Amino acid sequence: MRLDQMYQEIILDHYKNPHGRGLREPFEAEVHHVNPTCGDEVTLRVHLRGSGTQARVEDVSYDGQGCSISQAATSVLTDLVVGRSVAQAFGTLDSFVELMQGRGQVEPDEDVLEDAVAFAGVAKYPARVKCALLGWMAFKDAVARVGADGGRTNTELERS
Amino acid sequence: MTSQASTALPLDVPSIRADFAILGRTIRDGKRLVYLDSGATSQRPRQVLDAERAFLETSNAAVHRGAHQLAEEATDAYEHARERIATFVGVRSDEVIFVKNATEGINLIAYAMSNAATAGPDAERFRIGPGDEIVVTEMEHHANLVPWQQVAQRTGATLRWFGVTDDGRLDLSNIDELINDRTKVVAFTHLSNVLGTVNPPARLVTRAREVGALTVLDACQSVPHAPVDLAALGVDFAVFSGHKMLGPSGVGVLYGRRELLAAMPPFLTGGSMIEMVWMARSTFAPPPQRFEAGVPMTSQAVALGAAVDYLTEIGMARIAEHEHRLTEATLRGLAEIPAVQVFGPTPTGSTGTSDRGGVVSFTVDGIHAHDVGQVLDSLGVAVRVGHHCAWPLHQRLGVPATVRATFSLYNDVDDVAQLLDGVREAQRFFGTV
Repeated sequence: MRLDQMYQEIILDHYKNPHGRGLREPFEAEVHHVNPTCGDEVTLRVHLRGSGTQARVEDVSYDGQGCSISQAATSVLTDLVVGRSVAQAFGTLDSFVELMQGRGQVEPDEDVLEDAVAFAGVAKYPARVKCALLGWMAFKDAVARVGADGGRTNTELERS
Repeated sequence: MTSQASTALPLDVPSIRADFAILGRTIRDGKRLVYLDSGATSQRPRQVLDAERAFLETSNAAVHRGAHQLAEEATDAYEHARERIATFVGVRSDEVIFVKNATEGINLIAYAMSNAATAGPDAERFRIGPGDEIVVTEMEHHANLVPWQQVAQRTGATLRWFGVTDDGRLDLSNIDELINDRTKVVAFTHLSNVLGTVNPPARLVTRAREVGALTVLDACQSVPHAPVDLAALGVDFAVFSGHKMLGPSGVGVLYGRRELLAAMPPFLTGGSMIEMVWMARSTFAPPPQRFEAGVPMTSQAVALGAAVDYLTEIGMARIAEHEHRLTEATLRGLAEIPAVQVFGPTPTGSTGTSDRGGVVSFTVDGIHAHDVGQVLDSLGVAVRVGHHCAWPLHQRLGVPATVRATFSLYNDVDDVAQLLDGVREAQRFFGTV
């Protein structure tokens, strides 16, 4: 096993210099998610403009603590969803979830996932997939609480 | 780590390792497996696997029912295992109840206490309700905390707990206030699965007896690693798991003092645990059958008997000394690495770390425990990372997660050296030193 397959330079960069970190105003929803197997946690706020899935993600702010994978993945999340519509953000989220749950068999689309393609190596380690998804699931939950998720259900949230 | 140190260890590790096929495999592209996660689950020697297979190939049948030869042989094997396990921990065989695991054992007591309210005058001793108190400790595994939280919630009793000192020991300074006339049960771990701290049962048992409270000992981390005489400790109840002591998963033990088990109402009810059954009511069998409803795990119990034989043959005192040496070597080695914080009792003068078992939890500054664990895994070293099912203790320690190495009789100084090398490698990889 080569450690640098998992810990790509992009991941370590985001971990050491996280983007968008810190809790900010204004926001419409704040969620707190934990990974019960390791105790990692994130508090995440979303600020949307507009309504429904065409609402624009104005800001995602967060605080928390966790491993390099969870912290870097949340940092990448903010890069990929802020400034986009909820529909676009959820499209990216779906691609990221598919990549992470693909056991290393899914070829990531760099046009969609940008820096998040660096997590392809993490997908080979099932124990770390939840780390990578912690911030992303918090974002999904927060948008749902604002009611801008276009009717995605809680069941779906729990499954992913 | 020199060969001289290796030969000084009490146990002949190479010959022991020969009994554990899994330790011969490689992981992560050809790395030698260094298994330092026996505190989560231990590996099983050939003798244990053989015993389970032999039972299934010669005598398998449902125990305590049927009059055919296989049923007789299976019942004998099951009960013979119970006798050896009882002897192993210094108690009578009718004081040993087979349960699924230690967690189920604690829940069994907890639910029996809840059920005592409606179980007639014999169960008076176990009744619990508003105004009563349950005492646990801040260093408990969730298995010895959550069931008591639930009892408090169901019955209206109050949950209280001993704190943990900065050096990782129980803070017993308020013992006389905490364990008082309202206390119904005192549940505590014998050996912390995070700190390695060995707690003093005598002190807690003495105080609990003064006020008439029941004591429940979580012996999951002590029974597999050192001689433990539960009767001598004087606890009322104790639990331990088979899979942490070279035995199978799916079997654990609840020990209860005979007179208490005789008066305690059942938790699970159904087949096997009855004396007489009519359409409207039933009476129950004496212990231990009263607490073993349904067809029990049989081959697992038989194999746990074989695990006890294996441990006894090597000798628990020697195993304890062996693991103690490895623990000391690990503590010394980690102390030499900068930016590493070790939790739990540290060596103090001539007493060394005698009140510490083979559990070493630590953090590495600037690197999350998960990431340390990942680097160790890449080098073949299997450790546990996270809160080790002791989240409140980690809150007390002020860290979200730790790296935990735990030792068993099949570990040697090479394993320790590989762990220490791995910690240095993690620091190098993440550029923290």
